[in-house]
Order: sequence, then structure tokens, then C-alpha cells
Amino acid sequence: MDELYRDQILEHYKRPHNFGHLDQPDLEFEDTNPFCGDEQHVTIRLDEDDRVAEIAFEGKGCAISTAATSLLTDELAGKSREELLRLPKEFVLELLGIEISATRMKCAMLGLKIVKSASLGQSAEWEDEGEAGDPTEAVADLG
Amino acid sequence: MEPLGAKSSAPVAALPIEKVRAAFPALEREVNGKPVAYLDSGASSQRVLASIQAVDRYERRHHSNVHRGSHTLSAEATDAYEGARATVADHIGAGDRREVLFVRNATEAINLVARAWGDANVGPGDRIVLTEMEHHSNIVPWQQLAERVGAEIEWAPIDEEGLLDMDALATLLERGPKLVAVTHVSNVLGTENPVAEIARLAHDAGALVLVDGAQSAPKLPLDMAELGADFFAITGHKLYGPTGIGVLWGKLDLLRAMPPFLGGGSMIRKVTREGTTYADIPARFEAGTPAITQAIGMASALRWLDSLGMEAVREHEQEIADYALEQLAEVPGLRIFGPPRGSGRLGPVSFEIDGIHAHDVSEILDRHGVAVRAGHHCAQILMDRLGVSATARASFGVYTTPEEIDRLVEGLEDARKVFGL
Repeated sequence: MDELYRDQILEHYKRPHNFGHLDQPDLEFEDTNPFCGDEQHVTIRLDEDDRVAEIAFEGKGCAISTAATSLLTDELAGKSREELLRLPKEFVLELLGIEISATRMKCAMLGLKIVKSASLGQSAEWEDEGEAGDPTEAVADLG
Repeated sequence: MEPLGAKSSAPVAALPIEKVRAAFPALEREVNGKPVAYLDSGASSQRVLASIQAVDRYERRHHSNVHRGSHTLSAEATDAYEGARATVADHIGAGDRREVLFVRNATEAINLVARAWGDANVGPGDRIVLTEMEHHSNIVPWQQLAERVGAEIEWAPIDEEGLLDMDALATLLERGPKLVAVTHVSNVLGTENPVAEIARLAHDAGALVLVDGAQSAPKLPLDMAELGADFFAITGHKLYGPTGIGVLWGKLDLLRAMPPFLGGGSMIRKVTREGTTYADIPARFEAGTPAITQAIGMASALRWLDSLGMEAVREHEQEIADYALEQLAEVPGLRIFGPPRGSGRLGPVSFEIDGIHAHDVSEILDRHGVAVRAGHHCAQILMDRLGVSATARASFGVYTTPEEIDRLVEGLEDARKVFGL
């Protein structure tokens, strides 16, 4: 079986869960992956306790970004805005259950960034910034 | 690696391909256990040994600052740097080597014109014409200029085949724009724009012409006099030289009349407490210590290209592009963007496959050692026009072989299998 494109990932890519647009959402946000231009738009309706009642997303993206947001949106019902903001990147990586390379990390994190941005009401930061290596070591590794 | 399928690779005869490939150490690399098939030269080419060695020689023995001091090393560095300028001038058919300004890359070349020429010559209500196929580097500096001075951007459309709509351009020219900024070869569609004709029409309408030559300079013979443009932007790292070096060519009288872009050392005539007078061109536009090493590396790459002959380089590009267009057309569900095979178009070849996102295409190709770019290619206006958010793009270099195109096609067949298509 393919390590990256496992059946579960391809299933969520071809038939994403919670795909669409909620009318009159309480929270919404749209953002793009700056590297490839992929877009997602997330809409959220809250219940009377200000917790996620319903969530939907739409947009164009690769298998990784689409599957990641599909899996993520399945897990968010009942969470408060503060809880959304505290979700670590590992939350998404565990849902995906596959090894994500540095070049695909933004694909995997796009949905989480947008959910957090919707919760904040402004653009949230990427989860994968600020991890830099030693340039001489990076090249030495290549032999 | 032998092609697996029964395809018969087209002979490419324009270049001595074995000799050419031997001049690129990076092509000996393996990626994921396979020899790299580097089909991403449109983003950045691999470095030719002649350039690597020239850089190494300069760094080891001849380095000092240029245009300063009369000691031997400074004189050697100055000779090498000014020699690089002469090489560029010769390669692009510049009438005068003072027309060659060293900058960081094509982006900086265009920004220099937008700032130095634009701020002095474009005012409220003036128009700047761009095309729908421009790279962001030939869009954003003009949008910033328009915002600064209250000018307007107008867009020359492309037709269904991905060719510039010359009738629509003529109509836009009737409105008397100040400038037409156009790419020579599209970094997505492989379209070669008729820049000499555009320059003639634009000049008749009283407009200047800037040509973005980032993609064309590695592929086409260049002759500034024949082209007839006013400004031409080139980057070094796409023509087998280092990063951090590019060229702005401009007509002598235009450059002479332009105020400086960046201020600092080297670009002055005299600095007093009251103010500064500026040096003549080209020094006026080269503030601070320039990228001496990189200029020498770029010039060495150009000399190596000249040893192949740019006509042969062009022919090779054409042969590979034609072969790629023919082979890719056989892949089910694959849609190619840009003019058809046989239309004289060049690379790159951009495409999408039904049911597989470009990012995933590129990821699976990488497992086969095939390097392509996926994304919007810094051309979101064009992506919007084509109705896609991303494409996969195979771009070629002097070292590209038909066998590498065969491996691209095999990789795409595998991608279809992985996605259950």
C-alpha cells in the first residue's frame, strides 16, 4: 500500500466530509497556501454555549490539504473557540496518520490555520514556522 | 535509466547532448534511487561546470572590492567584473556596455525601472499595459507604481490557445499608455510573444516597452537592437549561472535620464553636507558592493552557452517541447495549457490531470526521480484566466533528453494508478 496516499487519505480527497458552505455562519475565514495557491473557505455555526455546532469547508486543494481538513472538521463539534485556538499541529498529523514532509506541511496545516483564523477573526499564524536547521549540516548530509 | 515502455524517443540532434550533460555535475545526482530527471529549469536551472569553476577561481585567488583602490587584487577584481559586463553586452547584442546594469535578478531589474523611470515619468491617470500571462515579478512592481502615482493598469488578454491577443493590444495602445510590460516567453504557457512587433506598435503609440526575459534568455538568441525594446530583464540562475545576479539592459539615453534607484557607495560623484551628485551609468544604478562573484559566474555561463550557439540551444528547446507535447497528449485525462505542438511554442509545458492535484502529481513524480514544479508559478492572473488554481509544469534546459520526457510520462501513469484512475 502507498505510504502517503493511503486509502483513507484518497477516500477523504475524493469524498471530503463536511464539504460545502453554511448559510449565515457565526464564524468564517478563507485563506490560501502561498506556495501553490490552494484555497479553502471554512464556515462555522456556534451553539448557544458558543461551541461549534456545525462546520463546513469548500475550496480547491491537493489530496493532503483536502483530506487533512476533511478529517479535522469531523473532530471539532462541541469545541469552544479557545479550544480551537489551542489545537496543536500534532492533532492534524495524528488524524492523517502519515509522514508529512517539510514541503507538504503547509498543505496539511491549511485547514487548521483557517479554523483558527475563523475563531480569532483574523489571520492566525502557520503551525510549521520557525523550525530552521544548520545550513552546513543540511548540505553535509547530502554527501 | 532505460524507458520502460515501447515508446521510441525522438532523436534530438541540435546539441551534442552527452557532452552537454557532462558539463552539469548535478545531473549525476540520484533522487529516490534514480538518476534525477531535472524538469524544473524554468524555476532555476542547474549550474554549468564552467561557471562553478570560474566562481571558485575568482574566490580563491582574485577577490577584492571593485572600483576602489589601486592595488593589484582590486584591479583584478575590477577587470573580472567589468569583463563580465562586456560578456553580457556581447551576448545580448547591446550597443554599449554601459547599457548593462548588474542587479540581483529579473525582479529587481523590473523594480528598478518601476521606481527610477516610473516615479519620474508616470503620473495620475497614466496607463500601463500588462498582459494576462505575466509573472508576478512583472505585475506587482507596476501595481505598486500605479498605487504610488495614481496610474492605471490595463490587461492585454490572451486567446484560447494562450497567444497574446494582438488586436486587443492594439486597442489598448490607442489609449496612449506610457509603458507596455510584456514577457518574452511565458513561464507557464511556453508562448513566445512577438516582442519586436509589440515594440514597434508601442513606440508608434508613444509607449515604452519593457520585456521580461527571465525565461527567454536561456533559450533564445538575443539581439537588443533587433528586438527594439527599451528595457530587458534577465536573471542569471535560470541560464546555468548563480543566484543573486541578474541584468537590466536599458537604452543608453533612457538610463542616462533616469534618477538613481538605491543610494549608497559607488553610485555617487560627490557627497557633501548639502547633498549628493550622482555617478554616470552604469555605476549610478549599482549602489554598494555588487555581486562580483556572481556576475563572473553568470558571464562564464553565457560564454559556455555561446560555445554551444544560441541557435542550436533554441532548436533543442523546440525539439524537446514538441516531443513532450506529443507524449503528454497520450496520457488519459491530461490537459495541456498553451499553444499546440507545431505552433513554434517553446517550453515549459504546463498541464493538469483530471482527479489528481498538481501537488500530488509532483510528489509522485519525485519518487521516480522526476523533478517538476507544481503550483501557480507566480502567475495567479493567468491561473485565474485559465480557470485553475494550480498546474504541474515540466520545464527544460540544454541538458533535457527525450528519455527524461519518457520517464515523466511513466511517472504520470503511476500517479494515475495510485489515485485509482
